[in-house]
Amino acid sequence: MRSLSVSMPRDLLGIEGLPAASISALLDLSETYIDTNRSLVKRRDTLSGRTVINLFFEASTRTRTSFEVAAKRLGADVINMEVAASSVKKGETLLDTAMTLNAMLPDALVVRHHDSGAVNLLAQKVNCSVINGGDGQHEHPTQALLDALTIRRRKGRLEGLLVAICGDILHSRVARSNIHLLKTMGAQVRVVGPATLMPTDIDRLGVEVHYSMRTGLKDVDIVMMLRLQTERMSGSFVPSVSEFFRFFGLDEEKMKATRPGALIMHPGPMNRGVEIDSAVADDLQRSVIHEQVEMGVAVRMACLDALIGGRRNALPGAA
Amino acid sequence: MANGSDGRPVAYINARLIDPSADTDQRGAVLIGDGKILDYGANLFSGGAPYGIATVDCRGHCLAPGIVDLRVHTGEPGEEHKETFDTAGRAAAAGGVTSMCILPDTEPPFDDASLIEFVARRARQVKLAKMYAYGALTLGLKGEQLAEIGLIAEAGAVAFTDGDRAIASAQLMRRALYYAKTFDVLIVQTPQEPSLSTGAMNSGEIATRLGLGSSHRLAEAIQLERDMRLVEMTGGRYHASKISTAEGVDIVRRAKARGLKVTCDTAPHYFALNEIAVGDYRTFAKVVPPLRAESDRQAVVEGVRDGTIDCIVSDHRPQDVESKRVPFALAEPGVVGLETLLPIALELYHNGQMSLPRIWQRLAATPATLFKLPGGRLEKGAPADLVLFDPDIAWVIDPEKFESKTGNTAFDERPTQGRALMTVLDGRVIHRDNKLWPETVAA
Repeated sequence: MRSLSVSMPRDLLGIEGLPAASISALLDLSETYIDTNRSLVKRRDTLSGRTVINLFFEASTRTRTSFEVAAKRLGADVINMEVAASSVKKGETLLDTAMTLNAMLPDALVVRHHDSGAVNLLAQKVNCSVINGGDGQHEHPTQALLDALTIRRRKGRLEGLLVAICGDILHSRVARSNIHLLKTMGAQVRVVGPATLMPTDIDRLGVEVHYSMRTGLKDVDIVMMLRLQTERMSGSFVPSVSEFFRFFGLDEEKMKATRPGALIMHPGPMNRGVEIDSAVADDLQRSVIHEQVEMGVAVRMACLDALIGGRRNALPGAA
Repeated sequence: MANGSDGRPVAYINARLIDPSADTDQRGAVLIGDGKILDYGANLFSGGAPYGIATVDCRGHCLAPGIVDLRVHTGEPGEEHKETFDTAGRAAAAGGVTSMCILPDTEPPFDDASLIEFVARRARQVKLAKMYAYGALTLGLKGEQLAEIGLIAEAGAVAFTDGDRAIASAQLMRRALYYAKTFDVLIVQTPQEPSLSTGAMNSGEIATRLGLGSSHRLAEAIQLERDMRLVEMTGGRYHASKISTAEGVDIVRRAKARGLKVTCDTAPHYFALNEIAVGDYRTFAKVVPPLRAESDRQAVVEGVRDGTIDCIVSDHRPQDVESKRVPFALAEPGVVGLETLLPIALELYHNGQMSLPRIWQRLAATPATLFKLPGGRLEKGAPADLVLFDPDIAWVIDPEKFESKTGNTAFDERPTQGRALMTVLDGRVIHRDNKLWPETVAA
């Protein structure tokens, strides 16, 4: 197995600030785990004896399962905690929960929280590695990494590609992490959506802003769709589902503006007929949505390995 | 009779041409054919019209682009007893109005694309004026949820508004401006802060003497100031309708000086009348916003004159007798205006405040430009929508003679000067000599 050629920090809290070399190293390491996952015996003992706690303050099946599979395939002991259902209702604070778990001496905490910055706060209070599994509208680093891995495998590179991220940019941590990663790796990024779903001064992140799919998707190599939450569909941010789908839902017609061979991505779960039409979502020639899920496990294995697999301390200049 | 709609060219000669875009007022002629202006100018046919072309002798009267009225309420659909597209079209033809934008506060309101298509279909049937529809800004005009602005704009809505209801929530207005920017559509707001605008007339001595609940004049400034900040924040396109106070004029003037994408309009009653018109509980002088103080009226005149106020609209709002013959506080607001817009606007000319081309900038050219409509200017290839008028003819406004279905005018019995003699729509004469032209009626 290749070893990481650059140092990793203790935690993976976000993509912002992560240098291109670290991102490349994580993607390279992920590649090796794709082979592991595709072989008959998927289990390694890289993390044998280590404890990973999945601490989810926000309901999630897909991401939590992906992290769980990743940790188990590396031989770690995995504990899942859905805090939304227990402690918080008893009035326990975020930091109380963190300190309690910290006292059990885990090696890594994978944390998802509905408030932006909550994972960073928690990371300051614990002694183990922390992986951000998605915090509010801030970052979702493993999603951006798995998206990048998917693109790199299909297109052979990230640099120079034109990527459109479409839909609810305002509320999306996936969009933010992807913008940081893609910009760092030399891709060109556009954000496309109604102005009501654009964060203020988003152009300052180095992206082009488009309010029309026709111009936004013109000649792009990658179309990344985002999920529109149900509570944002009627009246406040967009008038209705039908209007959103008509102007911002991805369908065959809108795909015509893209470069031939353009890929369709979605972090899931999809709202069919809201942000994406089934005909394009299920088109295996262009849609890599299921591949993204597969890459997700490999990327999370790589992240766990890089942070707690014993590589970190062996590297010069490690924190 | 010569008629430009059958394709044969017709020359309107010996006219006093009012060209708002060029800001000129000079003798000349207009040649029309195929419903369009083929040529025009001071030198056209100065040596006499060539043989074989039908001519209309304008006898030195003013020939100007037909009026583009951005603010017309009809009763259709829902209140056809007050006005229909037919009667509104007849009133427009009589008043020299060739394009009108219809407000969405009907029953049901225009918060669905199908209603915009309904207006277009009815306009094609009526053929007395070009009729466009506003889309509702919020669902049911309730000021809570955005309407399907994208779909409604695609169906042909020219702008978005909740009519006389201002959007109270700053967050909703902010999102509306952002969302409208997405589709590059214009938002039109009647800027009267709703919680301060619940009374029947303007706050002040007269309201106090009459014992009427009142709406404070600063309700306009408060709403406008907020909206200017939201325009600054969002970069959305915004048009304030029916500016009625000195502060309102001033706020728009300063916003324009700062470079904001803001325009506004007012209606004749705000520069020709003040709160005294309410007099002895005259419900025909009840309008939204209410008639203001004399100092406000003067400021509005100055705003129209210096261009701070971009457009003059009729704010035509028919009300039947049952809606007006009730105690003042209970009366429905609104006046009809299609047939009095031209003569009352001409008062600015007779009072020496504005030239005719400048007045036509406010009545036709600027409204058409703002709403991206085809009429409103003398231009080769533009639709031959024209009004021939005598600016000096004296008459007394008599609602009994209105083409409009109702006679709720605040200008009843007002002696006035200037009147449309002929209205031409797409080259067709549709009104002449104080009556609808027979061919049109037959059609």
